[in-house]
Amino acid sequence: MKGFILSFRSEFYKTRKTMAFWSPIILPLLLSLLIFVGFYSRSDKLAPQPGVILWLEFAGAILAVMGSLILPMLIVFIAYSVNNIEHKADTWKTLFSLPISKLSVYGAKYLYAFFLVFICLALFVIFTLGFGNLLGAIKPSLRFSEYHIEGILSKVYLKLFLSSLGILSIQFLLSLLFRDFLKPMGIGFICTITGDIMAGNNWKYAWLFPYSHPLLAIQSLENGKNAKPGPDGIPHITVDLFTKDIFVSLAIALLVFAAGYFIVLRKSVK
Amino acid sequence: MVIYTEGLTFKFGHQTVVNSLSLRVPEGSIYGFLGPNGAGKTTTIKLLMDLLKTQVGTIRIFEKDLQTNRTDILSQIGSLIEQPAIYAHLTGKENLLNRALLLEVPSQRVDEMLDLVHLKDAAHKKAGQYSLGMKQRLGIGLALLSDPKLLILDEPTNGLDPNGIIEVRELLIKLVTKHQKTVFVSSHLLAEIERMATHVGIINHGELLFQGSIDELQALNQPLVQIEAENTVDAANFLKRNNLEVADINEHQLFVPYTDKKQMGELNALLNQNGFTVYSISKQQKDLEKLFLAITQNA
Repeated sequence: MKGFILSFRSEFYKTRKTMAFWSPIILPLLLSLLIFVGFYSRSDKLAPQPGVILWLEFAGAILAVMGSLILPMLIVFIAYSVNNIEHKADTWKTLFSLPISKLSVYGAKYLYAFFLVFICLALFVIFTLGFGNLLGAIKPSLRFSEYHIEGILSKVYLKLFLSSLGILSIQFLLSLLFRDFLKPMGIGFICTITGDIMAGNNWKYAWLFPYSHPLLAIQSLENGKNAKPGPDGIPHITVDLFTKDIFVSLAIALLVFAAGYFIVLRKSVK
Repeated sequence: MVIYTEGLTFKFGHQTVVNSLSLRVPEGSIYGFLGPNGAGKTTTIKLLMDLLKTQVGTIRIFEKDLQTNRTDILSQIGSLIEQPAIYAHLTGKENLLNRALLLEVPSQRVDEMLDLVHLKDAAHKKAGQYSLGMKQRLGIGLALLSDPKLLILDEPTNGLDPNGIIEVRELLIKLVTKHQKTVFVSSHLLAEIERMATHVGIINHGELLFQGSIDELQALNQPLVQIEAENTVDAANFLKRNNLEVADINEHQLFVPYTDKKQMGELNALLNQNGFTVYSISKQQKDLEKLFLAITQNA
């Protein structure tokens, strides 16, 4: 356990000045800021909307681009960056000759990639809520204060996080095995497009394909928009966290993690 | 024995890269692991560091089995394998701090290392901007960071200028004589090893061709009588007709195995009396470089 913690801290130390660490922070900030500016400039048109619709549109605008393309691509990039730092510096051999078990070294790197994706999605929740409330405060005509989306939004992003673990583990393994960027990037891109098409067309086996999972997760909120209004006139949105696609994503993550570990044990360390 | 291997064999596919290697590295030695490029040196080192899974044979380090005591053993080894592994985007000091974090070494030790490898002035410069020699020195600093009992260095003087080579050599000698460390150092240059090693292992095509102390290696080195004569070919033929062995011959000199001073006098007299003018005659030790070549080429 100590070895794992040391390795995890070292992962942070190594990446703290690189895009691997900063892109999951800059991306949510930038994207939320853009949507914020967009809403601010259109505030007159949006003013008649009830709070719940405002929130759903505000959060939905971010989620829509995230789920279909940006999140998978960010995952490809993160998985690549945390591995490439070792490929580039030829440091695999020093990592695996530390007096730390190979499982701890490998596991820490793997979880660090998960951690970066988690940070990114958590920041999306924080920035969405922050900018939404800021918008409501500086433009009181926008009735953001009418509705509280915190619970649902956190749940959707948690679902998005869980749904991304399958892709992340596959991309992590690809980046561990291949030194160059093109192979994991190319495979990731093609699979993402395929996944989008599958989920977008509601193909019935899309839940089995990990690259479809983020879009499926977003669709759970999209469906919420059509939810019937409750007795108070506000639609009652529910997000089912553990659907079968999430179980597939988690199962793939576990399986690929184990497979990757056995490859690490057998592979000649360069 | 600090390093003890028995029947260590490693194959990449069908190609045998290391063949039943039995290394004996005594404590407090500088063990020069010599061999031409591609002889299997780096593969052996990777096996010693558990970077490659041992297929056949056993490895014992500090009298313990490597497979079952991996982390315990690795905590007492410092290594530099091939090019130094350095994060180019971090400064020299940050590279050391990162390793100090992983090895749980106090950060004050980092400054000592910077001082030791003369990188104090460049401590805050990005390691990617270091010259080859500076990178190599940083690599040595990284290897020494945990104050390990055993240092495993793969071609540590690669890319260093003559001053740097001398510094590394003196540092290694100091570590062994003053701090009771053991150093296992690979090289393809005998001249470099000859100046510091106490023990030598010579490997080629994955097989250990010689192993022993540097004196034992010298003993293999038979002295010769070098004779500069008027007509070396005729002189050599003449000696052969007189049942004398001729070891080597070229246009200007011929070589006869040396036995003692008296033999040299007799040779001189014999040649001169039979019309072969001897210009010079002397005892010569074949240099180790030639011996190394002879050992590796005869295999």
